[in-house]
Amino acid sequence: MSETTAVTTTTTTTDVVTPAEASVTLTMTKALNTGLRQALLDDPKVLLMGEDIGPLGGVFRVTEGLYAEFGDKRVLDTPLAESGIIGTAIGLAMRGFRPVCEIQFDGFVFPGFDQITSQLARMRNRHEGELTMPIVIRIPYGGHIGSIEHHQESPEAYFAHTPGLRVVSPSNPHDAYWMMREAIASNDPVIFFEPKSRYWPKGEVDFTEPGAPLHASRVVRTGTDVTVIGHGAMVSVLLQAADIAATEGISLEVIDLRSLSPVDYGPILASAEKTGRVVVAQEAAGFVSLGSEIAATIAERAYYRLEAPVLRVSGFDTPFPPAAVETHFLPSPDRILEAVDRALAY
Amino acid sequence: MNDASVPAHNLPTVQLLTPEGVFAPSESAQEYLPYLDRLGEDDYRRFYRDMAVVRRFDTEAANLQRQGQLALWVPSHGQEAAQVGSAYATRAQDHIFPSYREHVVGMIRGLDPVDILRMLRGVTLGGWTPEEHGNFHLYTLVLASQTLHATGYAMGMQLDGSTATGNPDTDAAVIVYYGDGASSQGDANEALVFAASYQTPQVFFIQNNHWAISVPVERQSRSPLYLRGTGFGIPSVQVDGNDVLASFAVTAKAMDDARAGQGPALIEALTYRIGAHTTADDPTKYRSPDELASWIARDPIVRFRTYLEGRGAGSDFFAAIDEEAADYAADVRRRALEITGPDRSVIFDNVYAEPHPLIDEQKAWLDRYEASFEGGDA
Repeated sequence: MSETTAVTTTTTTTDVVTPAEASVTLTMTKALNTGLRQALLDDPKVLLMGEDIGPLGGVFRVTEGLYAEFGDKRVLDTPLAESGIIGTAIGLAMRGFRPVCEIQFDGFVFPGFDQITSQLARMRNRHEGELTMPIVIRIPYGGHIGSIEHHQESPEAYFAHTPGLRVVSPSNPHDAYWMMREAIASNDPVIFFEPKSRYWPKGEVDFTEPGAPLHASRVVRTGTDVTVIGHGAMVSVLLQAADIAATEGISLEVIDLRSLSPVDYGPILASAEKTGRVVVAQEAAGFVSLGSEIAATIAERAYYRLEAPVLRVSGFDTPFPPAAVETHFLPSPDRILEAVDRALAY
Repeated sequence: MNDASVPAHNLPTVQLLTPEGVFAPSESAQEYLPYLDRLGEDDYRRFYRDMAVVRRFDTEAANLQRQGQLALWVPSHGQEAAQVGSAYATRAQDHIFPSYREHVVGMIRGLDPVDILRMLRGVTLGGWTPEEHGNFHLYTLVLASQTLHATGYAMGMQLDGSTATGNPDTDAAVIVYYGDGASSQGDANEALVFAASYQTPQVFFIQNNHWAISVPVERQSRSPLYLRGTGFGIPSVQVDGNDVLASFAVTAKAMDDARAGQGPALIEALTYRIGAHTTADDPTKYRSPDELASWIARDPIVRFRTYLEGRGAGSDFFAAIDEEAADYAADVRRRALEITGPDRSVIFDNVYAEPHPLIDEQKAWLDRYEASFEGGDA
């Protein structure tokens, strides 16, 4: 471990990035790691908990180096039990700690689902406001990584459906750093979906300015013909689709949801009213999904400004398939553009 | 263990008082005898008083439910000794995580039982602030969920240095209550894993009342429940839960050890749910009159009364307690009937700590909607 000062694109996950120094180019894993490290430095009540997050640094190395720097009283390698992780985090939060829990993979969150939805989400309400639950649950999620069953899923709708939880998902390293900082600072439980396929591409992180609050959606590319909306890894797919569309003379406006609960409808409705055509994209199954909710809300609130029904591009309503066929399952730029063409045909 | 009415005699159950109220410590009770030195005559009488009062309160609450004043009642009849004995083994700085039947534990920790009735009357999902009521945490209705909260809380005590410092006046520990049914839940077992791994300052107190609604304990476990703790590497003991002195002494040792940094312990208290699971239950459908009668014969209050009579407590004492219990129950009834419902804003309050646009919009909408009926011609 070294105190890196001149941060360059050669930064590896074992170097320590000091946020005060510069705007730097980092992977999302390193941006998250830097955000977690800063939170550990700033507040002695912040704890990290999870499976393999200690000496190994997590299976994705997001916590790399933190066990060595902060020790086993701040970075807890837990027994292999997700309900145990969440349930004990609740007890620790009752005692005044701010646990950040890592669930190793999206498909492994369900053993902890009861503690998240029946306990964590309702604790403040049940205690009539006398208790806060400042817990962050990090969940690496989504496909595009060619992995096995239970390792490529997008279960965000279950949590967005649950009152009492906040749900966010960054699409780039800059947001990953700042949204992690803000999620840990929040006095509400935050489910933090990290798009696995975006862990490794590098991006600029400006440590001086978050750019947008935790629960703001953001226009990441302006356009005039069709609004396309997504979160996490889907944002880069939408941007690729916009590049292709531009070559065909079609102008897409791309919105990064960033927050899945609550949804920030301001930029979404403004864009929908401007373009009159909206496509919502997600890796998750479409039935009873974030995309369904957003489509319904746009229809309710921007009805007279729409030129076409709001269309959804989703994973199919099937289990996530074997990785060999995941490219047929996951929304691709071409699948986005197919929906864009349908929207434009109205 | 096939017959719930007959405890297996080959088990080293800790017992100080026989069912007949005779002080005759079992072989396994010897190491706990020094803990009785902490009790004076006032403590003995307090134990009796609390058991008698909560039983009378329990009857009153069940009546309130039958009269439509409570949505549900959860009787504790028969389990008073396990609860009173263990509760008096806690210290002010300890934290208690109940299930939902530990009414007298809350009362001993300073909780007004009317606060329990508020939840069962449907005016709140909680009822009290634990820190202001003896660190007696809220009831948890999803079975065994609280075992993990208790373990996490105990981990927090370790991390913030409020246990195992060597100062018995400040060192803290946690006790968590659950039952024979809840012992089958995954959370109860994960809590034992975490507690053993981190050596938390914590006591797991299982009230084996022999019935999980209609299912006998044999369906939960083919071996005595205290052996579950042993299997996780946690010192475990089975105690006669209808013996208030044994319940106190065993819990006092376990809590002392936990506060002193010796890690978690598990106690299985053998007792019996004399009443129904809740007022929605009908135990005559699944258990025999003979079994019930055999446990009524081991009533914890009668047993302790006999013992106290042997120590010189006279009929005046018991008559005074009966009168106090009747007054207590009447006061609870009067105040329970005065419980009023909250404003509808409670629907939206405290869902989140920080502003949330969806909640704010829906609250404003409901206000407008309700206002549309107020002062209008309709």
